[in-house]
Order: sequence, then structure tokens, then C-alpha cells
Amino acid sequence: MTKRIDCTGLSCPLPVVETRKALKDLKSGQSLEVVVDTGTSKENVTRLAKSEGFEVSAPVQDGDQFIITITKP
Amino acid sequence: MEKVKSFFKTNYLVILAGLLIGVLASLLQKLGNPKNMGICVACFERDIAGALGLHRAAVVQYIRPEIIGFVFGAMVAAFIFKEFRPRLGSAPIIRFILGFFAMVGALAFLGCPWRALLRLAGGDGNAILGLLGLAAGVGIGVIFIRNGYNLGRNRKTHPAAASVLPLIMLGLLLLLIIKPVLSSGAVFFSSEGPGSQHANYLAALGIAMAIGFAAQRTRFCTMGAIRDVILMKDFHLMSGVIALLAGAFVMNLILGQAHWGFSAQPIAHTNQLLNFGGMLLAGLAFALAGGCPGRQLFLSGEGDGDAAIFVIGMIVGAAFAHNFTTAGTPWPNNPTNWGWSTAAIIVGLIFCTVIGLTMRKAVD
Repeated sequence: MTKRIDCTGLSCPLPVVETRKALKDLKSGQSLEVVVDTGTSKENVTRLAKSEGFEVSAPVQDGDQFIITITKP
Repeated sequence: MEKVKSFFKTNYLVILAGLLIGVLASLLQKLGNPKNMGICVACFERDIAGALGLHRAAVVQYIRPEIIGFVFGAMVAAFIFKEFRPRLGSAPIIRFILGFFAMVGALAFLGCPWRALLRLAGGDGNAILGLLGLAAGVGIGVIFIRNGYNLGRNRKTHPAAASVLPLIMLGLLLLLIIKPVLSSGAVFFSSEGPGSQHANYLAALGIAMAIGFAAQRTRFCTMGAIRDVILMKDFHLMSGVIALLAGAFVMNLILGQAHWGFSAQPIAHTNQLLNFGGMLLAGLAFALAGGCPGRQLFLSGEGDGDAAIFVIGMIVGAAFAHNFTTAGTPWPNNPTNWGWSTAAIIVGLIFCTVIGLTMRKAVD
């Protein structure tokens, strides 16, 4: 099951802090969806996940929001 | 070697933005801005407060077009790249007071983080204490963040609400161009001291808009740079900050603007307790508010009403700092008001600590 966290409306660095917390519980093959609503959060979350060795899909725009899917290899 | 290549590939834009800021800030000094103060967000907002008569320190009153340009440049970038997003409502009163105390701390040191870097690039050793204080303050902020500190979510708002600060900036620009003289004496423009030293306003506005544009695109933030290194060992923003320092340093050498030492530095003092303590408070307030003073202006330009409230808090804080003599005084050292500066820093640190400890409700 894919877990989802809502980081909309959160200012820097909370989206990254919340994502990092959620990534710790991820098992191999599992995915996490992170919902953000600023370009800054989109870039920061993507950079964090990549730097920690996760697979990151291209963010999908849904209205004012972006959904980033992060998978543990 | 591969690691170095990969680092530059990931970070070259923020490095270029940092270089641009450093070089242009140094150039602004050559064009007339005060020494080691090509750009200082705190000092320049303080000058605006003075121009409006919110404080009456006659030597620091001028409507600085750099502040206006930062907001406009960021707004242009946000519109072009479809990132203008009106938002508001994340603990605005707390952001106001954080802006207030951030300014009180910065003015005790005599500069924002950008100026701390520019002072160091100009050879002012006192800036080292300021930067150490800044890092320590951000470090304390990171401890609060790790323990759940947050100011809650913002909400989408009307474009009109997000346009308030850009419109205030437009009003300030008109006052700068028209220079009306009212019976009260306003608008106040310094005839001597740092406030009287400025580059041509169109050049300053243009340079600031270019910086605002670049900084909005790269999310340039000096506080964020330190925070990300401590919190996540992420050197992305820090690479831009180091580039700013390097750009200003090289440019200062080329222009003959570097003078090494601690005493007799331009618009600086050698009370290292105040240099460290002032920036300790400022760094903590920036960390709790999520951005350095420059970043708060860029966020305001892209529609963040909470950042705009922080900016207004800084301007009010500047007025307080001068009216209540908590701002540092430039060389030669004048200990008369050091007690007031120290008291204000202590009050600010207590406030920030209480905020950091009590606003920890889990994000819903």
C-alpha cells in the first residue's frame, strides 16, 4: 500500500522534515506519495529523496498541488 | 572527481546566483553604497523606516531601491514561471514578532547575514563573530524543528492579500522618485552618514531586480544554507552562500575595497559579545520563521503574505532598535547603549525560546 503525506501549506523546512520522517518507515519496494504546493518544496523533497538513495518519479501536477512518488529500491 | 562533477551539476544555478549577488553587491559599493554594505537587507529596511520617520536617526534615512527591486524581481520571476501563489495564515503575529526580534539582533551586530558575508569579504574580522552567532542561532532553531516546532499551515488567499507588500514597495518607489517634502519634514533623506551614501537609484533598482529574479529561481537563503547543513548535511544552498562570499571577495580585491582588521572597520564595532549575541538572536528568529531577510522578501514577491508580515515586523523592529538605542553604533566604539542592546537581545532570546518550546503541536 502506498502511504501519502500532505505537506501543503507547510513552510520550509517542514515538508522535508516530514518526508524524511515518513521515509524511515518505508520498506524495500514500498512507495510514499508526498503532496506539496510550492516549487521550493517540490525541489527540496525531490533532492532529499534522491540524496538518500530513493527512486523519485517526476512530480505530477494536480491543480495547485504536486504529487511526488518516492520508492525504496 | 565524479562526485565533484555531480555536485556542480546539481548546484551550479545556486552557485551562479551566489556569485551574482556577491559581485553585484561589491559593485554597488563602488557605485556609491556604504562600505561593506553593497547590500544589507536589515540596514536597508532600517533606512526605509528612517525615511518614513518611524525612527529619527538622521544618518540612516533613505528609501533603498534594493529592497523594492528584490520584491519586484522575485515577483516577475514568479509570474513568468507560474509560481505566484497567494497564501497567508501561518501564525502571522508570531512571524511579525520574529521579524521584529530578527531586526533587533541584526542591528546590534550591524548587518543581516548577507552583510555579514560582505563585511568578511571586505576584511572585517568582526563579521566572523557575527557569522558564528548566526550559525549558533540557526543551530538552536534546528533543535526546535527536530523536536516538532512548526508555525502551522498557510492557506490559499486572494491575490489582493498577496499583493499588499509589492504595492507598498510601489508606493515607496514613487516616494523615492517624487521626493515630496511635507511640513513634518518627511520624507526624510540623510544628508550625511550611511543613509546619504547610495548608488544611482535606477542602477540599484535594476541590479536588485536581477538578484531578486535569480534568488527566486534558486531559492537562495543564507539561513537555509546553514540549517540544511546542520539538519540534513545538504550543501546545496551553502554552495551558493560560499559563492557569494567568494564573488564579493574577488571583486573587492579587484576594486581595492578590502581592508583587513577588527578595529576601524566601516559601520562596525568591536564588542564581540554583541556581534555574536545579536546574530545569535537573528539566526534563531530566521530559523523559526523559515528564511533569512532576503528570502522573506523573495517569498513576499511570490505571494507569501506571512513572509510579508515578517518584513513589516523587521521594519517596525528597526524603528524600535533606533528609538530605544538597542542598535549597535559604528566605530569608534561607544559603550553608552551596550546595556540596552544586551537587554533587548536577552528579551528576544527568551521570546524565541518560548515560541520554539511551546509551538510544537503535531502537523495535522
